[in-house]
Amino acid sequence: MSHADTPRVIERHSVIGARVPKLDAEDKVTGRTRYVNDMVLPRMLHAKILRTDRVHARIIRIDTARAEALPGVVAIITAADMPKAGIGVLKDNPPLKSDKVRTIRDELAAVAAESEAICDAALRLIEVEYEDLPAIFECIDALKPGAPVIHSERPDNVAMVHEFVHGDVDSAERASDVVVEGKYNVHYVTHCNMGVSCVLADIGVDGRVTLYSQTQYPYIMKMDIAPALDVHPGDIRIIQPPVGGAFGSKLDVYPYEPICVALARKARRPVKLAFSRKEEFIASPTRQPVEFTIRAGMTKDGILTFRDIDTLLNNGGYTSWGATTPFVTMRTCSSHYRVPHVRYRARAIYTNNPYAGSFRGYGNVQATWAIETHMDKMAEVAGPDPVAFRLKNANEPGDVTPQGARLNNIDLKGCLKIAAAKSDFVSKWARYREGWNSNSRVKRGIGIAASLHNAGGAKIHKSDGCGTILKVDDYARVTVITGASDIGQGIDTVIAQFVAEELGVPMRDVTVIANDTATGPWDVGVHASRTTYIAGNSARRAARKARAMILDQAAKQSNVTADCLDLRAGHVVQADNGVVVIPLDRLLRQMHFAGQDATLVMVTDYYEPPSQPEDKNHIGDMSACYSHAVHVAEIIVDTLTGEIRVETVWSVQDVGRIVNPVGLEGQIEGGIAMGLGYALSEELKIENGIVRNPYFRDYHVFTAPQMPRFDLTFIETADAEGPAGAKGIAELPTIVIAPAIGNALYNATGLRIDHPPLTPEKVARGLWDRAQAMKRAAE
Amino acid sequence: MSLKVDIVFTLNGAAVRASVSADANALVVLREQFDLAGAKLACGEGECGACTIIVDGLSLNGCLMPAADLDGRRVETIEGLWRGAGLDPVQKTFVETGAIQCGFCTPGMVMQARHLIERNPDASEADIRRGLEGNICRCTGYRKIVDAVVLTLRAARP
Repeated sequence: MSHADTPRVIERHSVIGARVPKLDAEDKVTGRTRYVNDMVLPRMLHAKILRTDRVHARIIRIDTARAEALPGVVAIITAADMPKAGIGVLKDNPPLKSDKVRTIRDELAAVAAESEAICDAALRLIEVEYEDLPAIFECIDALKPGAPVIHSERPDNVAMVHEFVHGDVDSAERASDVVVEGKYNVHYVTHCNMGVSCVLADIGVDGRVTLYSQTQYPYIMKMDIAPALDVHPGDIRIIQPPVGGAFGSKLDVYPYEPICVALARKARRPVKLAFSRKEEFIASPTRQPVEFTIRAGMTKDGILTFRDIDTLLNNGGYTSWGATTPFVTMRTCSSHYRVPHVRYRARAIYTNNPYAGSFRGYGNVQATWAIETHMDKMAEVAGPDPVAFRLKNANEPGDVTPQGARLNNIDLKGCLKIAAAKSDFVSKWARYREGWNSNSRVKRGIGIAASLHNAGGAKIHKSDGCGTILKVDDYARVTVITGASDIGQGIDTVIAQFVAEELGVPMRDVTVIANDTATGPWDVGVHASRTTYIAGNSARRAARKARAMILDQAAKQSNVTADCLDLRAGHVVQADNGVVVIPLDRLLRQMHFAGQDATLVMVTDYYEPPSQPEDKNHIGDMSACYSHAVHVAEIIVDTLTGEIRVETVWSVQDVGRIVNPVGLEGQIEGGIAMGLGYALSEELKIENGIVRNPYFRDYHVFTAPQMPRFDLTFIETADAEGPAGAKGIAELPTIVIAPAIGNALYNATGLRIDHPPLTPEKVARGLWDRAQAMKRAAE
Repeated sequence: MSLKVDIVFTLNGAAVRASVSADANALVVLREQFDLAGAKLACGEGECGACTIIVDGLSLNGCLMPAADLDGRRVETIEGLWRGAGLDPVQKTFVETGAIQCGFCTPGMVMQARHLIERNPDASEADIRRGLEGNICRCTGYRKIVDAVVLTLRAARP
């Protein structure tokens, strides 16, 4: 037999689970990628915002006359130039303020000019006259009778309330053998995206708006921003160039965006508005700070009986997503471990502080700090050790939680056991605590924490869906237009893997487009660890439809049934032996150029996960699946300086199925870095409403030398609904690491710090105070 | 208008000249006058390393260096690394190890990594971590970046 007659055989090769580099990595590593921050349009102007220097004041007068006379200034706007529409969750935030300022970041006027330097000069020429008002910065002060009112529409200063009750907490408390109380105040931190906030607006002659935006939710953003622009949402097009990080910070409309559009409209030229780093610290959203008061009970055998949790949220001057974080905080309070009776209340209170948005982990970072620190305190009473106590109360597969979450496919006990075994937790934990009263300056500790989070989207809107448009061209190259947004996490790569897998084409033959509302199908946005799950499922379903079209045609031509055929490496092959039937591109051309029977392979899909929105009592199975992560941290504490060095972090996480280990590890490790900052070093210091440390040098994100050794374990529970079995993964690591650090500090020293971050100053002071108290007790 | 200074320097191997404002920094001039947008403006205060460039063999924050001081110097930016044969070895390992997520810190990180590799081919992992201390990455947790440099060094050793 000649070589030409040898049937060519192609083996099945899977890219699911393969170490695939990010599709955009080569452009990024060569500096070719152009972010919004790098964009220039012809005749583009630069813009800057005049912000107030007061925290609460009535605006008497804003005079822009001198600034308008400055050469190079093209447009200046104040509130009078914009529609009277507020933005944000409660629409209480007018992009430019006219009556009064309520926070230090408040926007008064904005300038568009030929250069940023001219903008800065113009801002200095704008005169503002105020009448200062009494200000409030703490929730308890804002709730006092006669307190200054921040918004006249809400004279009690209460922005939002969430309440949940399950069972009978009061009876459960009476029946409890032990009740443990605690207070936990979690602090302000901020996203620190490396790419500062930036937007570029371009207005057509017909008034249509094109926004080059960093947004994480382009389709809903059109609806949210439209009233502040006085245009129909349909006349807004949002283009998403590559984004220098977002982490939740771009899930709402913030004042700079409508301001930039108003300037472009007035100037009749494209306008770009970029923050300085200092402005980014002061004027971008924070993580929601929360004051927790927790009472929780158990039997003498260490079985949880109830949780009673009251929280106050400092809402700052306006309402963005921070006020809604209780939706997620509540889930952890009610559903993390088996708790038969639960009462939860959250009140978001207006003050004159900056305001919070959403931030990776949402309300769960805060909740897990409080719950897992509290669990550790209860374990101390219940014994025998923190792992045994958690195992005793852990949720089991099949549990339906008080809020109606169906934990069908989870493995908290497995995660706990593996984390404990890999870190040799129990013996180290027992050994290290013997050193509490030793004289050695350096002490070692180990701590554990577990977490629960939605891993199959979160149905907080009427739909939690994502659409896909997919075409396969005459050369068997695939283009996937997804509604999902890429903010650096790598959804393009994951989608390409799912599509390449179904269509049997090389990864490099798949192009994923995720950047334009004019072409893309609807999606909720990139949040809630949902994108691999939801957008991945949609892309996979679209690819399956295309696959069926292709195989049906190939089957017709070869007189077999479609299930006898497969797609591999750009060919149609016989499924059983891999023998090539026809190259895919040739088949596609035959389908295309077939006269009146012509078929172009173009398909669409819209995937809606089988989850339910919460009802008015906060009950609903709001995610298509759930997941757990357990972290163990081993730390070294210098008891003289108070410095904590994290030596090793063991992470055990249920990921459903590994799609791309490179991306997965990157999300886990990056999430841990962010959580370590939350636990140890990062704090946006706000005193009397003023941000005191708006610089990297005073804010302290983690850098390379501070990072611990990682030991990552992935549990694959293969979710039946998830794409190829995958679950959402990216928030859990940020959620769970911080309390493991706090618990390790306790194990090392006997010192509990309930309010992060555990800075050297706080640790040293706490250890000193503890030593003094023990000395007094001994005397 | 601010005073202008005429300068001549070597940019990614080519002789160039420019007329720059006396108060302009090197980053702004590279980005706006030479359209080299690889180096990023992320803090403007020398705190994050996103604008790292190599000047006469030293890694510098472009945002802190007066543009007028580029005169007579040899300047390398991220755009100069991908010339001829293909990606630089450290660029390749960045891609393969997954050292890149949003990528905004990447050009600065790669330039700093190149600098470390040239300065100290025997660098230990701890040396590399210390050498990258001035470059902030908010996405990766640094391990994959450090791995990329370690692997590049290991591959270069005989």
